[in-house]
Amino acid sequence: MSNKMRIEFTAVPQNESFARASVAAFIAYLDPTVEELTEIKTGISEAVSNSIIHGYGENGKGTVALECIADERGKVTMIVRDEGIGIEDVNRAREPMFTTGRAEERSGMGFTVMESFMDKVEVESQIGRGTTITMMKLLDVSYGA
Amino acid sequence: MQISFQKTDNILIASACGELDHHSAAAVREGIDKTMERFRCKHLILDFENVTFMDSSGIGVVLGRYKKVKNGDGILYLAGCSDYVKKILSMAGLFTIITHQETVADATNILKQQEQLQTEVNRNVQ
Repeated sequence: MSNKMRIEFTAVPQNESFARASVAAFIAYLDPTVEELTEIKTGISEAVSNSIIHGYGENGKGTVALECIADERGKVTMIVRDEGIGIEDVNRAREPMFTTGRAEERSGMGFTVMESFMDKVEVESQIGRGTTITMMKLLDVSYGA
Repeated sequence: MQISFQKTDNILIASACGELDHHSAAAVREGIDKTMERFRCKHLILDFENVTFMDSSGIGVVLGRYKKVKNGDGILYLAGCSDYVKKILSMAGLFTIITHQETVADATNILKQQEQLQTEVNRNVQ
């Protein structure tokens, strides 16, 4: 049985914590391990931060849509969508240490972290229209069954 | 995220407590930089024992502080990082340039020894 949630929030930094907590709360019934939970929260944090920082240039306006689909097999799909400026070169953006932000303080590691902690990361983007990041993680729900 | 500071000799110990993400990174960055300057500290120990969450923004904060401290000929140590925090920081290769100690006390002792050694070397050179 597929279980789904969808939230939308203003693209401001104070909502990054909220986004992490909302996904963590939603998948709690699947009894994830502490490690799985942390990895999912980190992936969400990276995707949402990217929308806020790069999609909307931290202008405080704009909305991030966050959808999460979970099933009893433990498959968790997370979709983070913004209607920001879009990514010019997705392959370049996914390179470790590449950033279009202020180099002194941006590490350019957002996608690397996402890809490290998630089983699958897909990026769809259109210049001027926005970006959609789809992440998938398969939790280990086999124990205690 | 809360940051508290301690100073010993010319070492600043910045202890972070809570979540280190994009939102809290700016305040953490500013707090550490201003305090280093105000108390004229040369070396920095980042105490991450109570960091409950970190994403790649934390990498930026650590790297930024490292560059600043290095520009002042100082040394930066990380202390108390959980396995999870270490995993994230090592993705950016940070442990090839920054050393981690289990505790703040360890980092402080080693730093003081290094400072003493440097002083002696300078004295002998003269």
